[in-house]
Amino acid sequence: MPDLGLEVLLKGQNMVRLLEGLWIALRISLTAVVISIPAGILLGAMMTRKNRVVRAVLRLYLEIIRIMPQMVLLFIVFFGTTRAFGWDLSGETASILVFSLWGTAEMSDLVRGALISIPVHQYESGEALGLRRVQVYRYIIIPQTFRRLVPLSINLITRMIKTTSLILMIGVVEVLKVAQQIIEANRMASPNAAFGVYLAVFLLYFIACWPISMFAKYLEKRWR
Amino acid sequence: MTETLLKIEHLVKKFDDNLILDDINLEVKKGEVIVVIGPSGCGKSTLLRCINALEPIQGGTISLDGEPIDDKSRSLSVLREKIGMVFQSYELFPHLSVLNNVMLAPLKVQKRKKEEVKEEALTLLERVGLKEKAGSFPRQLSGGQKQRVAIVRALCMHPELLLFDEVTAALDPEMVREVLDVILKLAAQGRTMIIVTHEMQFAQAVADRILFLDGGSIIESAPPEEFFEHPKTDRAKQFLNTFTFEAVKTPHKTIKEEED
Ligand SMILES: Nc1ncnc2c1ncn2[C@@H]1O[C@H](COP(=O)(O)OP(=O)(O)OP(=O)(O)O)[C@@H](O)[C@H]1O
Ligand SMILES: [Mg+2]
Repeated sequence: MPDLGLEVLLKGQNMVRLLEGLWIALRISLTAVVISIPAGILLGAMMTRKNRVVRAVLRLYLEIIRIMPQMVLLFIVFFGTTRAFGWDLSGETASILVFSLWGTAEMSDLVRGALISIPVHQYESGEALGLRRVQVYRYIIIPQTFRRLVPLSINLITRMIKTTSLILMIGVVEVLKVAQQIIEANRMASPNAAFGVYLAVFLLYFIACWPISMFAKYLEKRWR
Repeated sequence: MTETLLKIEHLVKKFDDNLILDDINLEVKKGEVIVVIGPSGCGKSTLLRCINALEPIQGGTISLDGEPIDDKSRSLSVLREKIGMVFQSYELFPHLSVLNNVMLAPLKVQKRKKEEVKEEALTLLERVGLKEKAGSFPRQLSGGQKQRVAIVRALCMHPELLLFDEVTAALDPEMVREVLDVILKLAAQGRTMIIVTHEMQFAQAVADRILFLDGGSIIESAPPEEFFEHPKTDRAKQFLNTFTFEAVKTPHKTIKEEED
C-alpha cells in the first residue's frame, strides 16, 4: 500500500489545528452571510422599485462586484485601505468586509429575480379579494419569494464558504493555510503528507457544505 | 322595484393617450346577470378591472350600493370585499392548499372565526364537487378544477357582485362545461353577476341582459333573445357572424354523393 501520508494527521495537535482553521473559515463566511442576507433582501427589494437612479446605482454596484475577482477585492480592501486611508484592518475583518460586499450583491440579485418572477396576477388576485397592500405582501408575495429564494441563497452560502480558501492570501490562517503549515513542518519526516492533509481538507469542506446543500435539495423538493 | 347595486356613469378609461372606454353608462340591479361580449381588445377586461378599481379611471363615477369606488378611496378594501372577481388564467396562490386559498381572505380581511370559515369553505367546495381536494395544492388540479376553486374563493367572501372575466377561455373544451355549470347555478340562486365570455350559447342561457361592447362604447344593451335574434346594429351582426360557420361542402361534392 502506498504511503498516503495519513499518519501526519494523527501527530500532535494537527487535526485540532485543521479543525480550528475550518472554524475560522466558517466564522468569516457565516458572519458575512448573516450580514449579506438582510442587506441583500433590502437592496434586492429596492432594485424592483421604479426609481431609476436607485436602480442604476445598485446595478453598478452589482456589476462591479461581479466583474472583480474576489482576490482583487481582498487585496484592495486589505492592502489598499491601509495605504489610502491608514486603516489597519486585520485579515479577518477585511475578509468579512469583502465577503459581505460580495454576498450582499449576489443576494440582492437573487432577491430581485425572485420578486420579479412572481406574476402580477398574484398581486391582483390578492387585492381583488380585499387584502390590503401589506397583507398581499405578507401572505402571498413574501412566502412565494421566500420559497424560491431559500435554495438559491443556500447555494450562495456554500459558495461563500468555499471561497474562504482565498483569504490565506491576505494572511488569514484558515484551514488551507493550516494544511500548508502542517505539510511544510513535516516535509522531512513524511514527504507524502500533502496527499493525506489535503484529503483531510477536502473532507472538512465537504462535511461543512454537504449538509447545507442537501438541506437546499430537500426544501426544493418539498416546495417544488 | 329592485334596487340598483352597481351604477356606472360617464366612465372614461385611458391608457396613456389611448381611449379604451369612452363614456360608459351602466346600471346593474340586484340579482341581474349581465353578459358582456365584444371583439377582442374592445375593453371588456378593462371594464371589469375598473369596476373593482384594479385600474384607475380618468373620468366618470362607479358606485356600489351608492358608495363611490375609486382606487384612492380608503375604504377600497371594504368595497372589494363586496366584489368577487375571477380571472381568465388561474390565479390561485400556489403556496397555499385549496382550503387555505379559500380561507385566506375571510380570515385576514373579514377577521371571521376559523371554524366557521372552514365549515363554509368545505360546504362551498362540496357544492362544486371539490371537497376531497381541500388539502391539495393548485399544481395538483386540472384547469377546470382550479377555476372552480377560484370561484369558491370569491364566494366565500359573500360578495354582492361577482365579476367573471373569460373564466373558461384558457380551459380545454371538456372542462368548460363543469365551470359554466357552476356559474349557471349561481345565476339560479339570484346572484348579481357581470360575465365576460365568448361562449355564446352560455351567454344566451345565463344572461338577463347582453351588453355588446365595441370600440370602448356600449353599442347594444338588450335581453339575450332580442340581441341574438335581432341585433340592431351592423357591428353586432358582424360580430355574431364570426360565431357561425357557413357550410363549405356543397351537396353534390360530398363523398356520399360521389359514391352514389
Ligand atoms: N396595461 C395596459 N396598458 C396599455 N394598454 C392596455 C393595457 N391593458 C389593456 N390595454 C389595451 O386596452 C384595450 C382593451 O383591452 P382589454 O384587455 O380590456 O380587451 P378585452 O376586450 O378584454 O379583449 P380580449 O377579448 O382579448 O380579452 C386593448 O387595446 C389593450 O391593448
Ligand atoms: Mg379580456
